[in-house]
Amino acid sequence: MSSANTQTTLSRLRGLLEGPNTLGNSKSFWVGFVLAVTALAAYPQVTDPYSALQTSRYFALAFLAISLCFVWGYCGVLSFGQVAFFGISAYAFGIIGINFASTAGATVALFGAVTAGTFAAAVLGYFMFYGGVRDVYVTIMTLVVALVLNTFMGQTAGSEWAVGTARLGGFNGMTNIPNLTFGIVFQTVGFYYAVLFALVGTYLGLRVLLNSSFGMTMVAVREDEERTATFGYNVAFVKLVVFTIGGGLAALGGVFYASWGNYVDPSVFSIAFAALPVVWVSIGGRESLLGTIGATLFIERMRTGLSSGIGPIGPEWALVIVGGLLLAVILFMPAGIAPTLNELKNTILQRRSGRSPSGGPTEESIK
Amino acid sequence: MSTPQDINARQKPAVATTGAGRDAILSTRQLTKNFGGLTAVDSVDFEVNEGEIRCLIGPNGAGKSTLLNLITGQLSPSEGHIYFDGTDLTGLKPHERIDTGLSVKFQSPHVYENLSVKRNLMIPLQRTDRDVDHVLTDTLDRIALADERDTSAGDLSHGQQQRLEIGMAITLDPTLMLLDEPVAGMSVDETADVAALIRSLHDDGMAFLVVEHDMEFVREISEKVTVLNQGAVFRQGSIQEIETDDAVRRIYLGEDV
Repeated sequence: MSSANTQTTLSRLRGLLEGPNTLGNSKSFWVGFVLAVTALAAYPQVTDPYSALQTSRYFALAFLAISLCFVWGYCGVLSFGQVAFFGISAYAFGIIGINFASTAGATVALFGAVTAGTFAAAVLGYFMFYGGVRDVYVTIMTLVVALVLNTFMGQTAGSEWAVGTARLGGFNGMTNIPNLTFGIVFQTVGFYYAVLFALVGTYLGLRVLLNSSFGMTMVAVREDEERTATFGYNVAFVKLVVFTIGGGLAALGGVFYASWGNYVDPSVFSIAFAALPVVWVSIGGRESLLGTIGATLFIERMRTGLSSGIGPIGPEWALVIVGGLLLAVILFMPAGIAPTLNELKNTILQRRSGRSPSGGPTEESIK
Repeated sequence: MSTPQDINARQKPAVATTGAGRDAILSTRQLTKNFGGLTAVDSVDFEVNEGEIRCLIGPNGAGKSTLLNLITGQLSPSEGHIYFDGTDLTGLKPHERIDTGLSVKFQSPHVYENLSVKRNLMIPLQRTDRDVDHVLTDTLDRIALADERDTSAGDLSHGQQQRLEIGMAITLDPTLMLLDEPVAGMSVDETADVAALIRSLHDDGMAFLVVEHDMEFVREISEKVTVLNQGAVFRQGSIQEIETDDAVRRIYLGEDV
């Protein structure tokens, strides 16, 4: 292919990926992005296996974060229960994978689990949005669903609570969940690369979707539901589609999470875990997918660091520090870190050149 | 305000603007809405003809807004039917009614404040199969906001927001445009701009149903006026007939006749 051809392909690609709904619409942003992904790809080669394994868990959680960023940041639906679809998918992956213990079985489990989580989101979304549930009631309802699952799964310790050979296990959780398998088995470093690849792919895919006309519709619904309906949009349907896609993303994260530790327990439905995505997204920036991913990696790395305690600070302070960080960000940067940095950069550029160029390099908070 | 009429040449059959022999595009049959014991709209038979500008006036509580909300589907009627362009709208959801060729601008400005003027117009426009660039340029010209295309809608003045609202509604290329008090809170100049905008769209064949209090504005734009009182059609006629009608002046204009 000639270089001119490559040029047009690249600019067409950028045309799909860039737009007013996403931050980072410049050449320097993409250079930074490629560098960051390269750095993450090189990371397992330069660090110990334990750190690489921990980081791959953060990647799995990042799916949960972008699922909330997508439904809340871009469509205004604050779901406090993304963990429900994450957890349903994790359990479904375990149930299918344990019952069909083979390479093919685990591959089927991957698809089956994502389908289960997505379907759960679609059903809940249908009843909420077509039933006229809105705003804070959506938040409450989704949280209640997660908490009900938390309670329910907690009482499944008895041997009668089994699906085939898969014991649900109550508070002790489900063990012996198979590794991530997609034709071949992904373990340790292989798992790291598989999840990183999926995360980068999902990020780019969501950018294309958000900058398409559907993304514009999502933002219109977020900004003003009534007005959007008066242009003939079926707002309930738009929200259902968005919520279902969000559920699918959380479900994918759930599969990665369950296959990472070969284990899942009801704490994935707990209120502390349900609050984390809201924290990641609020800190990273509701309207920034990359900011959200960066915040997830940073906060989870910090929590891991604190879990063994640092000096006089005991591990029990980890959530308190995260909460303090949340308060500080909400007070000083209500839009979140990434959008604030982007704003700051625009102001500086504007001052330097006198004219305001839009777009430019933006958030790079990936650790 | 510039109003290039050639570019927005509408595909619909040209409509004679003489007033005689035009078909009704919107009609209500025995339309009734009860709120508890109160009958806000009472067996109204009402028609708007193709391509006309109809104003709906009446004292506060006469049922104007209720009637409008019944047409748009915000409210569902207790009894009766609404027909538009050959379709029975009565059972349709609000968003489904828009696809039959209705467009609406509610009373209070409801622009997307955080989005640019251009994106505000794009939101309705992207649903249609019209030529986006072409319609966008034309609409920005019509509503005289071409210089503000990249401004956030929230930073516009009240009058500009109202014009933007109308601009958003007309990008759908409706057959009938419903306007609820389009010039409320506007200065004299702004009002004149909106009147000119409505007249130019009307010249292109668009029909209007306008709920309005400002009699000056009604006189500017309207051929025919319907007076509602206590939920029923009280009088219907040309603006001269209405303004000289003693009973109307008593109930609406508050004059001691």
